[in-house]
Amino acid sequence: MSILIDEKTAVLVQGFSGDKASFHAKAMIDYGTRVVGGVTPGKGGQTHLGRPVFNTVKDAVRATAATTSIAFVPPAFAADSLMEAADAGLKLVCIITDGIPAQDMMRVKRYLMRYPRERRTMLVGPNCAGIISAGKAMLGIMPGHIYKRGPVGIVSRSGTLGYEAAAQMNALGIGQTTSVGIGGDPINGSSFLDHLKLFEEDPETQAVVMIGEIGGPQEAEASKWVKENMSKPVIGYVAGLTAPKGRRMGHAGAIISASGDSAAEKTEIMKSFGLTVASSACELGSTVAEVLRRNPTPRTMA
Amino acid sequence: MDVHEYQAKELLSGYGVPIQRGAVAYSPEQASYAASELGGWHWAVKAQIHSGARGKAGGIRLCTTYHEVHEAAQALLGKKLVTVQTGPEGKVVQRVYVELAEKFERELYLGIVLDRKAERIRVIVSAQGGMEIEEIAGSSPNAILQTIVEPAVGLQPFQARELAFGLGLNLKQVSRAVAAIMGAYRAFRDLDATMVEINPLVVTHDDRVIALDAKMSFDDNGLFRHRDVAEMRDLSQEDPREAEASQDNLNYVGLDGDIGCIINGAGLAMATMDTIKHAGGRPANFLDVGGGASPERVAKAFKLVLSDAKVKAVLVNIFAGINRCDWVAQGVLQAVRAMHIEVPLVVRLAGTNEKEGRAIVSESGLAIISAETLAEAARKVVAAARSA
Repeated sequence: MSILIDEKTAVLVQGFSGDKASFHAKAMIDYGTRVVGGVTPGKGGQTHLGRPVFNTVKDAVRATAATTSIAFVPPAFAADSLMEAADAGLKLVCIITDGIPAQDMMRVKRYLMRYPRERRTMLVGPNCAGIISAGKAMLGIMPGHIYKRGPVGIVSRSGTLGYEAAAQMNALGIGQTTSVGIGGDPINGSSFLDHLKLFEEDPETQAVVMIGEIGGPQEAEASKWVKENMSKPVIGYVAGLTAPKGRRMGHAGAIISASGDSAAEKTEIMKSFGLTVASSACELGSTVAEVLRRNPTPRTMA
Repeated sequence: MDVHEYQAKELLSGYGVPIQRGAVAYSPEQASYAASELGGWHWAVKAQIHSGARGKAGGIRLCTTYHEVHEAAQALLGKKLVTVQTGPEGKVVQRVYVELAEKFERELYLGIVLDRKAERIRVIVSAQGGMEIEEIAGSSPNAILQTIVEPAVGLQPFQARELAFGLGLNLKQVSRAVAAIMGAYRAFRDLDATMVEINPLVVTHDDRVIALDAKMSFDDNGLFRHRDVAEMRDLSQEDPREAEASQDNLNYVGLDGDIGCIINGAGLAMATMDTIKHAGGRPANFLDVGGGASPERVAKAFKLVLSDAKVKAVLVNIFAGINRCDWVAQGVLQAVRAMHIEVPLVVRLAGTNEKEGRAIVSESGLAIISAETLAEAARKVVAAARSA
């Protein structure tokens, strides 16, 4: 098992014909992802990478029965494409684009609420590396080969720091179920909490690594939920101990502007809710190994 | 992106927020001329820097003659103003704003922010204006009133009215405060702001409501659709290296340590800086070269990092995803050869084609210290900086 995607998931690529989208769509196909088509308004009827191109997401869904998309749409048009995907009934949409205005994301999230919970779209990103279910499917821009099948879930705001965690775990022989990048923007489609809930329900996942950074309330909210609801161990880490207050550190959302935003505060919050926190970024792998040793009982398969 | 007070007022006034008449001046002569054009008998000469708390730092002078306006402008222009928000290095005043000054009876607070928790716009008011909102929140949290805006329909007049009545205003004042609140909200929404702060929003004896000070910050991601706002950017208020970096689409933040950092990805960059500190060193900067990390960008990154004279050693940490370590390695070698880098350089390459990348570095004949893991890289660069 894994969360969100597997080898059967039928995937559309929004903004299919762009250079970046083409490059990554090819890598996704090579990895084994079931890419069934793409959407570029005005290019419907053409074929790209051996897959059909459609003018609208609805057309694509009707023809391919896709449930999922990955969007490489420029910032100015991204919000529109996300609402289109939601309206076409896609279950999961992953948006890679960096640079989407925060108020656009606010409106997109409000728009998603129009739909009843059971058919509401799960949005991952923006400004993220995407999702990979090791050995099954890749919906993102990560180097697929660094992920190996195994028992640990990863959810990270940062892309490259998520890679770092996977690489450290692999060096110790620990693989992953699914790795999710939720992105570095101040308002993102889904939060740590949304994915922790899925990992909790996934029988194959035995532990989860949650990699946060400065800025925003999501790490605290998720940690509280872990304490109250999660049966599996969660390993935490927060980047940005050396980040000065009030400065934006690369990611639009990585800024200390309110109390609770700093790495030191978030680390304390995680500890207070019973998470095991890696004392530095180079101890992510060893901390996971230690936690797995302490919790050796594999959960009964569902 | 931040703008100056006078720019924020110009924008807000376009949305119906009442302001005093004023004019920006770059010289004492312009300042006294502006005062004579504005008319009246009382003027405030206000230093324009990207910081609040200017009054307490002596950046706002009240004047009653043109001569005083001239002198006040002379005293402020070209000087460094150090406020509690600028840090000890302060900011240089290059423009002043000359504004009609008038007596007022009450000082209120009006703030609008993008609330990350609610994922909504939040409007905040308080009857205790003139103080920092954090201060009010600490000393008398009950004095703060707030409302959350439903994004589908925007701020409704009843919400603004509730806030205005909550401030204890009379009927005439309420209708004017509602206009100010609604105007500030519309400016926030239409211009992709992340913060509007009017502190104080004053009430005069004849029931007018005026924005006496104004601060606005904008979402960098929204500037592409607001050329007029983007043009208000004042590079002189930013760290010169950071301003240069942003021209090259690099993310750089200067710190006060001695280990230069060149890393791909914001999260990994922060984590690497933390690891350096954990190993006993001090990072000189944050620098994200981006996912691509092309030779050109790596070269620019080196130039930027080495322009900081404090830097005694440099760490390059690349986790290659989209790109390949062998390409990054070639970019690093090109930069090292072209720039004659004299400080010790530690390079850690991981991810796609890491073996090939490491081989290129080790076979280059250059004095580059190679590291395989993040821990090793941090340890080696801290040792190199100590012995340098």
